[in-house]
Amino acid sequence: MSQNEFQLSRRGVIAAGTVGVAATALPAEAATPPLQDRAMTPTMPVTLKVNGRTSRLDLDTRTTLLDALREHWKLTGTKKGCDHGQCGACTVLVDGRRINSCLTLAVMHDGDEITTIEGLGKPDDLHPMQAAFIKHDGYQCGYCTPGQICSAVAVLDEIKRGVPSHVQADITAGASPTAVEMRERMSGNICRCGAYSNIIDAMSEVAGTKA
Amino acid sequence: MKFDQPAGQNPIDQLKVIGKPTNRIDGKFKTTGTAPYAYERHDAAPDAAYGYVVGAGIAKGRITAMDLTAAKAAPGVLAIVTADTAGPLVKGDFNTAKLLGGPAIDHYHQAVALVVAETFEQARAAAALIRVDYARDKGRFDLDTALKTAPLKGDDDKAPPVHRVGDFEKAFAAAPIKLDALYETPDQSHAMMEPHASIASWAGDKLTLWTSNQMIAWGKGDVAKTLGIPKDDVRLISPYIGGGFGGKLFVRADAILAALGAKQAGRPVKVALQRPLMINNTTHRPATRQRIRLGAGEDGKLTAIAHESGSGDLPGGGPETAVSQTRLLYAGANRLTSMRLAVLDLPEGNAMRAPGEAPGLMALEVAMDEMAEKLNMDPVQFRIVNDTQVDPEKPGRKFSQRQLVECLRMGADKFGWSQRNAKPRSVRDGRWLVGMGVASGFRNNITMKSGARVGIDKKGMVTVATDMTDIGTGTYTIIAQTAAEVMGVPLEKVNVLLGDSSFPVAAGSGGQWGANSSTAGVYAACMKLREAVAQKLGFNSADVEFADGKVRSGNRSVPLAQAAGDAGLSAEDSIEFGDLAKKEQQSTFAGHFVEVGVDAYTGEIRIRRMLAVCAAGRILNPKSARSQVIGAMTMGVGAALMEELAIDKRFGFFVNHDLASYEVPVHADIPHQEVIFLEEVDPMSSPMKAKGVGELGLCGVGAAIANAIYNASGVRIREYPITLDKVIAGTAMVA
Repeated sequence: MSQNEFQLSRRGVIAAGTVGVAATALPAEAATPPLQDRAMTPTMPVTLKVNGRTSRLDLDTRTTLLDALREHWKLTGTKKGCDHGQCGACTVLVDGRRINSCLTLAVMHDGDEITTIEGLGKPDDLHPMQAAFIKHDGYQCGYCTPGQICSAVAVLDEIKRGVPSHVQADITAGASPTAVEMRERMSGNICRCGAYSNIIDAMSEVAGTKA
Repeated sequence: MKFDQPAGQNPIDQLKVIGKPTNRIDGKFKTTGTAPYAYERHDAAPDAAYGYVVGAGIAKGRITAMDLTAAKAAPGVLAIVTADTAGPLVKGDFNTAKLLGGPAIDHYHQAVALVVAETFEQARAAAALIRVDYARDKGRFDLDTALKTAPLKGDDDKAPPVHRVGDFEKAFAAAPIKLDALYETPDQSHAMMEPHASIASWAGDKLTLWTSNQMIAWGKGDVAKTLGIPKDDVRLISPYIGGGFGGKLFVRADAILAALGAKQAGRPVKVALQRPLMINNTTHRPATRQRIRLGAGEDGKLTAIAHESGSGDLPGGGPETAVSQTRLLYAGANRLTSMRLAVLDLPEGNAMRAPGEAPGLMALEVAMDEMAEKLNMDPVQFRIVNDTQVDPEKPGRKFSQRQLVECLRMGADKFGWSQRNAKPRSVRDGRWLVGMGVASGFRNNITMKSGARVGIDKKGMVTVATDMTDIGTGTYTIIAQTAAEVMGVPLEKVNVLLGDSSFPVAAGSGGQWGANSSTAGVYAACMKLREAVAQKLGFNSADVEFADGKVRSGNRSVPLAQAAGDAGLSAEDSIEFGDLAKKEQQSTFAGHFVEVGVDAYTGEIRIRRMLAVCAAGRILNPKSARSQVIGAMTMGVGAALMEELAIDKRFGFFVNHDLASYEVPVHADIPHQEVIFLEEVDPMSSPMKAKGVGELGLCGVGAAIANAIYNASGVRIREYPITLDKVIAGTAMVA
């Protein structure tokens, strides 16, 4: 995006603010301008590679990665539980690392590769973690499930890569996928239905360990 | 189908499909993100505009002025709904407070406006431009103060406020061993993962709501009533629900505001309650103050039982029925139970998973632990000694099934209860003080009329349609299992359609009645369909067998697909329950066992082991039923150790109104959990001979944890949640 585009957009925002201030002195009905006469919402072009498919969209700069996925790419598998980074339901993989997609703006990810739950597997072609969740009943209402599964896949990878955690006795020795280790690393993904015990069983199966 | 006689032998008893730990049939959708929840229906409403809710900034008073000017002029804004634009709205039958406030405000974060815009970002930004001026009234926010003058209150308007058997006061005075203790449970939030969400779309006068609601028929009625339109003009669609726990039993502001916004904007509108708004905008489990008095002889037999509870709610609300289990759980000739209901101006109190029993048992089962210690009895044995096989208030009325003693014995055996040291603070594991606790679990079985329509097509595919809901309970799967069993087809040949108000009215999801009642409704419809099949084939329906996708009678055998023919066959029926539940008491039972560690230096509490042994009739699917129970046990950990809505008593609201500050259990809090279901069939409950488990799993868990903490640390805490500061304060006195 060029410098000019940004300045244009910024003037638009300022103009909108001016209308608001001036209008407070007038009767409400008279002050409402028709939609087309109002300030334009500033947008920026964003190119994302989502589940292997590259698309470019002009997005309101305030759009979170979560809302870009759910409302613009129409990939609703990624869930909005809190919109504040408190629940983990919106977990996706960005360039292979898990993040809360509600806590990041879409425009910060131009060119990034995003993997959502839809990219891990499909109903007739499940990822091993999805299959393990079904076998161990690692879900109930299903709303936190895509986030749990994305997190679970990333956690096993983090353990493999030697990313340390709070519960490791020796952070230089590398971690192994024990139940305690996985519980610690999964604790950013809340499941109010309380499927935790089963989720750890599912992860243990995929990790090839016993819960 | 009338169910007014105990169930005899029926096709469910074949147990070819029912009773198997089948994987959920909706699992492949939920695990791949392809199960559509309410806010996600781009297919149904591709042009939906976005609504953002503005909540009241005061707890009680009036809006004196509302300046919408800047918001209306903001980019993308299509409409703003307020009480002024909405026209007259009638409060729904199931709501205590109005869903759209103004000018009068009944509670903090009551919705006062909905901003509708082209995008979510625009709606949110414009909502922040709305200026509201209030005149604040003095509100009542302190339960302890309000209870001092609160009147007695029964379960409902018809129920007596006090239940008495024998002469409690006299028996208590005469009892050689006595306990008189006060217990407190805090306000709690459902905190389901999916926010309340709806998409509304009007076609002329007809409204369709894709929403997240546990009780479709109640919801349809209340949407119609609130908006003042005929019921026939309202359709609710709710095939997937991201958790409810009672919080989605009733229509909430998202649905009504989406409908009003869509009308005003002239196009579909979607609304999800913002997470920080949910806790004060919607319902919660009310706090309780409970007094329990127990009197027993030296033999450990209870002679006097009194349980009194007080709670608060908005004007017109109801009490948290925390004493109800005490009327049925233990023997004892002299009994007193009562409730008081204070008026509070906090958000609306209402049902949350196991309303009544959940907080009631958190008190009663700690009292039982304290009493066992006074008697110098083992707490498992003390409960067994006081078991009753009949309704203690009406000794002529027996329990249909009651295996509480078996639950406790089996649990004690499997958990290694004999290893428990009865002397508190006597087991160490490094820095951890270790203790075990037990509690009885109890929850009544409720039956509700439930209907379904079942059809067979020319390919032999069986389709069940019912407005029943699946809130994570496994409904899709157990309904498919029921239809497969009765129609004699494999599970893969059953298609289940749920949560649409155009389908027959079912029991809905609440009060742990859903599984038994809704599958019984499907059973009834399937039996009617079997008759239609037999009749069409000219078979005598009495000796017809449905198995392996075929219908057999004598030496004739016809594939179901062929019997259905090109036109297919279908039947609709409901199960209607007679007075069997009056004749015998139907309840579910559990023994909860917990081991905790309490850090000797910091008071930190960790759950080390958990076991629930449940007796709840036939278990339709042991896999999904077990998940219900471990999920409830997890919620019990939350109730015992962390969940508490903190009240700002100056301004009258719950301060910790999001998922960062209202703490619920996370992975690291929960160990591997064990569940055992006892063999049981209950012919009094339904043709399924099943009961519910979803709430039973929560009932008693909190007390078992509290008792384990006492056994570990010697600190008896009667105010939940049991946090480390309370342990440390108590430790100063015992250590």
